[in-house]
Amino acid sequence: MDQYTLNLLVVGATFALYIGIAIWARAGSTSEFYAAGRGVHPVMNGMATGADWMSAASFISMAGLIAFGGYDTSAYLMGWTGGYVLLALLLAPYLRKFGKFTVPEFIGDRFYSPTARLVAVICLITASLTYVIGQMTGVGVAFSRFLEVSNATGLYIGAAIVFMYAVLGGMKGITYTQVAQYVVLIIAYTIPAVFISLQLTGNPIPGLGLFSNDAATGQPLLSTLEGLVTELGFKSYLTQSDTTLNMFLFTVSLMIGTAGLPHVIVRFFTVPKVADARSSAGWALVFIALLYLTAPAVAAMARLNLINTFYPNGVGEATLSLAEIEAGADAQGKDITWVNNWAKTGLLKFEDKNGDGMIQYVGDKEANELTVNNDIMVLANPEIAHLPGWVIALVAAGGLAAALSTAAGLLMAISSAVSHDLIKGQINPNISEKSELLAARISMGVAIAVATYLGLNPPGFAAQTVALAFGLAAASIFPALMMGIFSKRINNAGAVAGMLAGLLVTVVYIFLHKGWFFIPETNSFTDANPLLLSIKSTSFGSVGALINFAVAYVVSGATKEPPVEIQDLVESIRVPKGAGAATHH
Amino acid sequence: MADKSSSNAYWAANIRLIRILLVVWALVSFGFGILLRPMLSGIAVGGTDLGFWFAQQGSILVFLVLIFVYAARMNKLDREHGVEE
Repeated sequence: MDQYTLNLLVVGATFALYIGIAIWARAGSTSEFYAAGRGVHPVMNGMATGADWMSAASFISMAGLIAFGGYDTSAYLMGWTGGYVLLALLLAPYLRKFGKFTVPEFIGDRFYSPTARLVAVICLITASLTYVIGQMTGVGVAFSRFLEVSNATGLYIGAAIVFMYAVLGGMKGITYTQVAQYVVLIIAYTIPAVFISLQLTGNPIPGLGLFSNDAATGQPLLSTLEGLVTELGFKSYLTQSDTTLNMFLFTVSLMIGTAGLPHVIVRFFTVPKVADARSSAGWALVFIALLYLTAPAVAAMARLNLINTFYPNGVGEATLSLAEIEAGADAQGKDITWVNNWAKTGLLKFEDKNGDGMIQYVGDKEANELTVNNDIMVLANPEIAHLPGWVIALVAAGGLAAALSTAAGLLMAISSAVSHDLIKGQINPNISEKSELLAARISMGVAIAVATYLGLNPPGFAAQTVALAFGLAAASIFPALMMGIFSKRINNAGAVAGMLAGLLVTVVYIFLHKGWFFIPETNSFTDANPLLLSIKSTSFGSVGALINFAVAYVVSGATKEPPVEIQDLVESIRVPKGAGAATHH
Repeated sequence: MADKSSSNAYWAANIRLIRILLVVWALVSFGFGILLRPMLSGIAVGGTDLGFWFAQQGSILVFLVLIFVYAARMNKLDREHGVEE
């Protein structure tokens, strides 16, 4: 069977599964549509959260980021997992006890302020929309690469699948497809990693292989790699190049941004009890850690494989020649057809600058003749390790699962903000449950259409906006939620002033470095030479959060304390007892 | 809801637990993984040092333990103060 047929079969089978779940998990009430009827088992919810959270970026790009960034990129590993500790300890159980449907709803009720709710809605929609663009383009790319259809066709197919289970089933349909998507993506990520770890270190567990000896040299894998990259003039893999201040603030920003992302928070509204929300955050991190403990191993091993491919006789000896790449075999007769295959996609580019017929892969930018896209480190892994065709097909299905599951979670957060916070909350509070359910379905349909359009016509700044999504979540949403739970003194004026201050300062700082509204060349500073000390715009969310906290405390202190019923509300969300009553409203 | 003083004691115990766990959370990631890494550079782990291990793997493993410890301790606390569901 040829590779194309295999890809089609495996991807087709997973899609049939998702559609089957869509038909089985239809939503009949708003509680089912917004919160899956609050009947999701905490382990199941943990798995769904894993798929919800791990996007195309985690699945496809992260290992490549680490492979070329080394130690500095540890911020991603710690930041994107450490946020779950904050979620479990500071947010999830109390928001579950509150027992409503959306994040802006909590902010609006706790700060008895429709303005606060509106600010939260704006942050939520901006953060989620910018985030969803990347997922949709990821779906298009995965389709076009593995199934030989155009980007647009791939995007339409992906959108149609999400439409089926998200519009029919809402949170309920999304939850159970995410569980299935998690299983697909973790198998797809782990299998190639296990084989590569076995080949390089003899250890079947990649996370352990990373710190084992390289079978070829008998030296530790990481010191072998460090020796090669420094000899070739690349930046060190093991030592720190970033400033300590920036690395620290970047990690904080990713952590509190993760904890403040609405599409992750609402997943914890679906479990039956407050105690389940706590343990479910733990299970989510278990399932996320399975990938995140493997990713740094994939990174180091893929980088080592890449260097070894281009230096078949060792560094300092003759490099791979153009003729060998063309023939698909190196001087030792090793199969290297993957180089040519991926050169065709443009993700791997080589140019024989000095005309010697060989490809030099070195740190010096002038002399370097090979450019490698981050994404190859995962996508080409099965071919580099000479794994069978079905593993390649599985990686295609896994990449699609990662992108689709995150897209669906984001679209759910957007559509419930529109139907529940805007339509029911602000425009027509007397709307019947049946009409609200219809409004929720229509909002979901519109959100999918908008996301598909943006996926087809991604704004030029799409890649930059991830900083914006995390910045907004970190600087405005996380502090507001935390203060709403842990302080009885923060009032409506304080919360609104704090959120707006954190938001504005962060957005302005990002625009100053990335251009106003991301328009090129309107920036006054660059991340290489930032405005404040060595703080890059991607790391500024933590500073924005600090400003939010400070402004909220000062303004609240100068104005009237919250009414008694609000203080009682805070008392009640702090104890688990009584959540059942709120469940069945 | 339980009476006011018991519920205050419950909340105080919860805050104490959160504080302890967040100190560990910060110590393994920001501490061992970043700020204190130079001090740990003498401890070798698989071709690199302990700080690198904490930054890329160790902190994640500790995070996992922290959440499950919190969940278990809070279940106990809920029962002791009669506020469980």
